[in-house]
Amino acid sequence: MNQVQQISGRGVPVIGNDIDTDRIIPARFLRCVTFEGLGKQAFADDRVQASGQHPFDLPQYQGANILVVNGNFGCGSSREHAPQALAKWGIQAIVGESFAEIFFGNCISIGVPCVTATPETVQQLQKLLQEDPQVSMTVDLEAMEVHCGDFPASVSMDEGLRQMLVTGTWDNCGQLINYVEQIKATASKLPYLHWDPATASY
Amino acid sequence: MSKGTLFDKVWDLHAVGTLPSGQTQLFIGLHLIHEVTSPQAFAMLRERGLKVLFPDRTVATVDHIVPTENQARPFVDSLAEEMMQAIEQNAKDYGIRFYNIGSGSQGIVHVIAPEQGLTQPGMTIACGDSHTSTHGAFGAIAFGIGTSQVRDVLASQTLALSKLKVRKIEVNGELPPGVYAKDVILHIIRKLGVKGGVGYAYEYAGTTFESMNMEERMTVCNMSIEGGARCGYINPDEVTFAYLKGRDFAPKGEAWDKAVEWWKSIRSDEDAVHDDVVTFDAAEIEPTVTWGITPGQGIGVSEVIPTAETLPESERAIAQEAYHYMKLTPGTPIKGTKIDVCFIGSCTNGRLSDLREAAKFARGKKVAEGIKAFVVPGSERVKQQAETEGLDLIFREAGFEWREPGCSMCLAMNPDKLQGDQISASSSNRNFKGRQGSATGRTLLMSPAMVVAAAVKGEVADVRELAKKSVAP
Repeated sequence: MNQVQQISGRGVPVIGNDIDTDRIIPARFLRCVTFEGLGKQAFADDRVQASGQHPFDLPQYQGANILVVNGNFGCGSSREHAPQALAKWGIQAIVGESFAEIFFGNCISIGVPCVTATPETVQQLQKLLQEDPQVSMTVDLEAMEVHCGDFPASVSMDEGLRQMLVTGTWDNCGQLINYVEQIKATASKLPYLHWDPATASY
Repeated sequence: MSKGTLFDKVWDLHAVGTLPSGQTQLFIGLHLIHEVTSPQAFAMLRERGLKVLFPDRTVATVDHIVPTENQARPFVDSLAEEMMQAIEQNAKDYGIRFYNIGSGSQGIVHVIAPEQGLTQPGMTIACGDSHTSTHGAFGAIAFGIGTSQVRDVLASQTLALSKLKVRKIEVNGELPPGVYAKDVILHIIRKLGVKGGVGYAYEYAGTTFESMNMEERMTVCNMSIEGGARCGYINPDEVTFAYLKGRDFAPKGEAWDKAVEWWKSIRSDEDAVHDDVVTFDAAEIEPTVTWGITPGQGIGVSEVIPTAETLPESERAIAQEAYHYMKLTPGTPIKGTKIDVCFIGSCTNGRLSDLREAAKFARGKKVAEGIKAFVVPGSERVKQQAETEGLDLIFREAGFEWREPGCSMCLAMNPDKLQGDQISASSSNRNFKGRQGSATGRTLLMSPAMVVAAAVKGEVADVRELAKKSVAP
């Protein structure tokens, strides 16, 4: 897996607390067997409601790769389609006040870092991005800092997960299957697998 | 740090080891899959040339996209049909037990696993669906996962996870008449907020939960995620054991006695340490209705929609957004709000006891003119039993449609949708913008009994008043 150390480019602010995954990708777009094409549908209903004024539609934010959001972003449904849609739209990192847990885990699973910053920092970043959408922005996972033009701020993330991203070892699947013996040993200790005739042999 | 709780015990038992990231590699005892979040996971397996490590520990069904009227194949919706074919093929290719439509056991994944006794105390349970927290009602550690994690479970029967903190939520006392499990959980979310549970497992304790039946407990645990908690659970007790006894996958004979003994041993210890404890009094809880766009925006049916000034600073922006979207006026009573559609069903409130309770209020009543009202049983078994009891006739006579099982208008991935800015009284779990299939559709969450009251009155009504009128002379 690639090392995720520094994401540089431009930012896009999406303002509001409790933006749920139904809003990030409405359920009707989940009628699919691949994640392809979801980028176009990111925030689909919010964009229609905003009549072209949603940041994902505004010309000045096209090509942005860092999303800046407020509190409890990604709450609700566990659909990985949400981070997939954002990633396919072009988002490579998310800075927010806080994230819902399943959404956060889904982002890490696909190598999209979610870092948290204080509400003041996030609001300042959103303001800077509104004032100058072309300002260059960087999320630096090694220094744990975000830079937006001249504005620097520190950001946070679980240290173990940060290491995984920075060292390119964020592919959980590849790691987990390395321990088949240990997995089987754990299974053998579980009483309920023994009284199920289908699994008694484990 | 928590110590001696059921969460700690079950976590420790299932820990395979510590990963380089510091996360725990956790064994998943039961993996449930459905048609929406699994096809990409199987595609990833194929891409990597991986097999399913423990095919016997994954169980599949179809629920999200299933039509509740015409279920003839191929489905009218070709995208839904493609998803059906994908799960049928994947289940076949990988040797996974699959409850398809017409099997007699198909239904919402969080309804069928408990009703077959697949869900048991002390298990770790994962599913690509956030309402997997439902299974915590049995004293299991159950949580929703994304599709990459579905792949991980298929390939390794494990997940990389960070341990959660444990918050004990104690509710004591008898619930007043007309107040249900749904009201209890809506009340908790209202008080603790939609992100109050992030980083926590919720342990529901106290006499109120102890006196609930298993289906009521499932309603409570189901909505843990709406409070931000990825999992919620209730310690297993005699009610749990009585529910499980004799079910298809419950242990039998000698194994049953051993199982009960083990299940008792995994209960939180008397002197268990929780990271946090919150207490509520059941007597304070009213029939609750949401007025906004998050499940935390709930009020008692006799209250008014809160004005921004009465809310904490941090909740004002989302309240403003909600007034605008819901087209409701702050300061006015929620009771009397006109509704268009009534939906009874979902993994929150689509079980037999929900339908029985709703039917009790629907009996001899009529759905108000111009209201579309429908009932979607949670599973084929629920439907069959309800029909045996004649509940379908009660609903039909009252003017409700009686449908085939599935998730239906909880998330409207099938043809059941709100139109335009219709407003629904819904027994489901989410009132998010656009949740019920229309970008401007509006949802009021409430208990199934309250949905019946709303259907009969054509507006939000207090089920306690309907009950008074129902009393036989």
